[in-house]
Amino acid sequence: MTGLPLLSLMTFLPAAGALFILAARWSSGPAHPGHDNGVKWIALVTTLITLALNLVALSQFDAAAPGFQLVERVAWGAGLEYHMGVDQLAMALILLTNALMPICILASWSIEKQVSAYMTLFLVLQTLMQGVFAAMDIVLFYVFFEAGLIPMFILIGVWGGKNRVYAAFKFFLYTLLGSVLMLVALIAMAIMAKTTSIPDLTAFAQAGGFSKGLQIWFWLAFFASFAVKMPMWPVHTWLPDAHVEAPTAASVILAAVLLKMGGYGFLRFSLPMFPDASAAFTPLVFVLSVIAIVYASLVAFRQTDIKKLIAYSSVAHMGFVTMGIFAGTEQAVQGAVFQMLSHGVISGALFLAVGVIYDRMHTREIAFYGGLVHRMPVYAAIFLLFTMGNVGLPGTSGFVGEILTMVGTFPVNAWVTAGAATGVILSAVYALTLYRKVAFGKIENPQLVTIADLNAREWVMFVPLVIATLVLGFAPMIALDFTRPAVAAILAGYDVFASAH
Amino acid sequence: MEPVLLLAPLFAAAIAGLGQRFLGDRGAMALTTGAVGLSLALSLYTFADYVWLGGEARVIELFKFIDVGGFKSTWSVRIDTLSAIMLVVVTSVSFLVHVYSWGYMAEDPHRARFFSYLSFFTFAMLALVTANDFLQMFFGWEGVGVASYLLIGFWYDKRSANDAAIKAFVVNRVGDFGFALGIMACFFAYGSIRFDEVFASAAANPGLVFDFRIFQVPAIETIAALLFIGAMGKSAQFFLHVWLPDAMEGPTPVSALIHAATMVTAGVFMVCRCSSLYELAPYAAAFVTITGAVTALFAATVGLAQNDIKRVVAYSTCSQLGYMFFAAGVGAYGAAMFHLFTHAFFKALLFLGSGSVIHGLHHEQDMRFMGGVRGPMMFTWAMMLIGTLALTGVGIPGTQFGFAGFFSKDAIIESAFLAGESGRMFGQIAFWCAIAAAFLTSFYSWRLMFMAFEGKFRPNPDAHHDGHAHDDHAKGAHQGAHDDHHHAKPASGAAPAHESPPVMLAPLAILAAGAVFAGVIFAPYFLKDEHNFWRGAIERRHDPLHPPATAAQEPAHYAAPAAVHGAAAGDYTPAAAEAHEAEGGHHVPTWVLWAPFVVTLTGFLLALPIYFFSQTMGAAIARTFAPVNAFLSRKWYFDELYAAVFVKGARALGDLFWKGGDKKIIDGFGPDGFAWMSKFTARMMRLSQTGYVYHYSFFMLVAVAVIGAYAIWQGGAFQ
Repeated sequence: MTGLPLLSLMTFLPAAGALFILAARWSSGPAHPGHDNGVKWIALVTTLITLALNLVALSQFDAAAPGFQLVERVAWGAGLEYHMGVDQLAMALILLTNALMPICILASWSIEKQVSAYMTLFLVLQTLMQGVFAAMDIVLFYVFFEAGLIPMFILIGVWGGKNRVYAAFKFFLYTLLGSVLMLVALIAMAIMAKTTSIPDLTAFAQAGGFSKGLQIWFWLAFFASFAVKMPMWPVHTWLPDAHVEAPTAASVILAAVLLKMGGYGFLRFSLPMFPDASAAFTPLVFVLSVIAIVYASLVAFRQTDIKKLIAYSSVAHMGFVTMGIFAGTEQAVQGAVFQMLSHGVISGALFLAVGVIYDRMHTREIAFYGGLVHRMPVYAAIFLLFTMGNVGLPGTSGFVGEILTMVGTFPVNAWVTAGAATGVILSAVYALTLYRKVAFGKIENPQLVTIADLNAREWVMFVPLVIATLVLGFAPMIALDFTRPAVAAILAGYDVFASAH
Repeated sequence: MEPVLLLAPLFAAAIAGLGQRFLGDRGAMALTTGAVGLSLALSLYTFADYVWLGGEARVIELFKFIDVGGFKSTWSVRIDTLSAIMLVVVTSVSFLVHVYSWGYMAEDPHRARFFSYLSFFTFAMLALVTANDFLQMFFGWEGVGVASYLLIGFWYDKRSANDAAIKAFVVNRVGDFGFALGIMACFFAYGSIRFDEVFASAAANPGLVFDFRIFQVPAIETIAALLFIGAMGKSAQFFLHVWLPDAMEGPTPVSALIHAATMVTAGVFMVCRCSSLYELAPYAAAFVTITGAVTALFAATVGLAQNDIKRVVAYSTCSQLGYMFFAAGVGAYGAAMFHLFTHAFFKALLFLGSGSVIHGLHHEQDMRFMGGVRGPMMFTWAMMLIGTLALTGVGIPGTQFGFAGFFSKDAIIESAFLAGESGRMFGQIAFWCAIAAAFLTSFYSWRLMFMAFEGKFRPNPDAHHDGHAHDDHAKGAHQGAHDDHHHAKPASGAAPAHESPPVMLAPLAILAAGAVFAGVIFAPYFLKDEHNFWRGAIERRHDPLHPPATAAQEPAHYAAPAAVHGAAAGDYTPAAAEAHEAEGGHHVPTWVLWAPFVVTLTGFLLALPIYFFSQTMGAAIARTFAPVNAFLSRKWYFDELYAAVFVKGARALGDLFWKGGDKKIIDGFGPDGFAWMSKFTARMMRLSQTGYVYHYSFFMLVAVAVIGAYAIWQGGAFQ
């Protein structure tokens, strides 16, 4: 291991890029297109270097070793410390984030309004997202976790659509409520355990440091925060509005990464630190998950806005994640982690696909479209692939997560599994109906007669996602083998259901 | 070799699909046809090697698919009797359909896409039949489903085609819901999803019980029933049959390949693959039997009243699949597979023949507007005649003279009778359903032949209403080459039809050969296990007609091939076989032997005056019994029922949850209400008097959530 603080480097490099953009903005005069173009290139290069650093970090990462690696720990005084490190779970999510960022920058190429500010926010957001997954200290985690709201809040509130203020408000209100409760719990835990280090807290908790009664309260406080992030039913209604108003790239990040913070939080905190409470609340999570799957799928079926439809389908797919996490068997938790990664790719790609036609026609109304396959055969083919991924077709990554969470939940509760499995039918209903309305049929709308197929930039955006979807669909062990040690470690601390199978 | 067999169509499909601009239409067509031809050659070699040249059952493992905590699946090619049969069926029909489509799709601007889909389908079907575990089977299962979806909706400009495609996919998903749960239950019960391991565990532990707290059920019964729900979807059995007739929206070659010969038989294949499970699950097997029997009869009644030529054949397929299922249900897995095998030939023949008629009549599919086609399309007529004789199972009982369907269908009917005699559940019912369905099959088949080919041509009064609304495979395909012959003498009452080009007729001839000879050649193998044909691939212990003669011939349990080496198959000795023959299996009474023959003849004789000697009697009967006719032609009103219950229900619930649950309740009490606290209070006051259904429903849902959570909590974790 070299002395180079790789993890911090790649975490803060995007922030440095953001500073660079701001400095350049200040030193130059009023914005002009040439400048904006330069800013976009700076952002793109920054995200690409970050991705390269991430791959270097991956090469230094022992995929088989349990526990945290690439650890950096610096005392800050006053009992606070800068403590970073990653296990396989965090690494996988960081890699997902960093791989999607260059694609998001490409997808933002058509942004014209205040490009410097937009790119700055995006790069800052990238730093904060990595920080959430890499933090090994609860104070640091909380800072990253909360600070991440701000760029997203501004991105929706400034670059959003007509109802952006309402959406940003809703987004803020929901997430704030959860976070405040979590903060109280975090402070109480830190005082009791006399440490803010996540591994130390986990060890303290697993040694019986928190009584069952206390666990219940802590669990609920964390649940309030993570359930909103997931989002779980019935605290999901901010998501469709946020998605609808957010610019394309923000939607991609929202769906692909921000939603995963909820699942990550359950796995990092709820399960290992409050095992008794997690076991006690499993029925609640199961019921909410099944409701999310069935309810959100049916609501998705009735949507008239493409983004809303995909947003509701995200709620349904996250239902499999929460169900899998709390089922607590190896297949279920591995499946949940895989589903998070897979959903990151597929839902990200679906929002990109919506962005492609939104860029051209400036509407997301399903009824506006129809017959796109005639003018955009390549687009139609790619959209079909990701629609099938959304439906969970075997051969795409979407299948693996769903089947594994269900296989793993079946021994714990067969009825819950059966309820979740109805999502398999319902997802086909809404996804294929959407596809028929958008892509098939004759072109009825005269405005679509000249719509153009994918350009080179859009090709570059989609190809990596197509490859990821298919490779993870046919050879999912690439990801599952990687995440196994981290999942095993989490489950070792959560052995409530060890006898389940 | 086996991986090439499996993957050649996949690569051809990918290249043809992605590179159609560079390959051109002909390049794409040649590539896919060639690749499937290669698969066919390798399949024939594999089959011959396996059956006659001493090849062994084997599994070639490619690479790991999933392995999480013992839930393990490997991409594999499993070669044994069952998969060898299916390989031949799939690749031969697929190859012939590819060839036929050169003619049928000649003028379609999207030929490359069509051939790419066909080859992709072939790959998915091969992956299904060569699976060594349930998960790969499920992959193929859903893969053929998506290929079917794409091909039904191939003419994507047509709303009806798109709707049919979605209907097919969604109804299949209902089945897959059961199939997936079956896989999970299987893993839960046996800790494996590999066929040989599952079957061994099931046999070793037949008394295993699932404890669902509320009630307890035998594990094997549950698994077998859940898996069969998947088969009901894929093979269009009663309740889940509604997608198959609509699937006729696809081009006719697709109907022949996917919706007659191969994909829809996947359910039968799966039940046979799992025969050792079903033999341990008498109630699930009874469920299979009764579903098959009811479907056989139901579909045959609907077939009586259809006027679309393809829909008659489609319902006939549905009905014949019912035969295969109840054969499997009563333990006659050999007969079920045999019927699958022969049916593939004669049903593909009937579909492609119908396609030839449709092609010749410029896209007319309605038999009321046919007639007089025999003259101009002599060859097609002859081929259809062979197909009809094979479908109705014409042959002389007690001898070796008969068409392919005679051997397989009569074996099924006799098996059902014997199973009923021996007290197997629903055996008797299946037998009588089969006899009734055989009569109806004969009647509607001859009705089709007479209405389409005989008498005077009945032109469609609004023939050019919307051009090629039905099967517009080839806009303007018939200028040029075809127009100069056969249009000469319409005065005699012959249809203004033209015979199809040789590239379409040659596949018909080959399939016709199969429809004639497949039965007589292969009956001893499938039914009597000659040459040790099955080698334990299916459970034959309770075969009603030809049970294994001696215990020595009986494999201990499902043969478990090691990685590459075959299982030790019992040596075939002619002496043993002769001893078996002397014993002659079980005895079937003469009246049972002759019953199918009699009812088939009756059906023919009844159709003769109504549709052959008269041009109007059929329509008159339909008018006289209008309610019955409507009931049958509307398919017992299943579509209407499902539309009212499921489609409308899903829409209503979706709206309720969205506008009521999300907007009014959650947002109303949540963020919006938070912001306008005063209005929020007022809303609270008003709530009890609103009378809105969604308020009450929402609180019901919340209550269900709470009560459900409490119930599960109280019960503790499962187990």
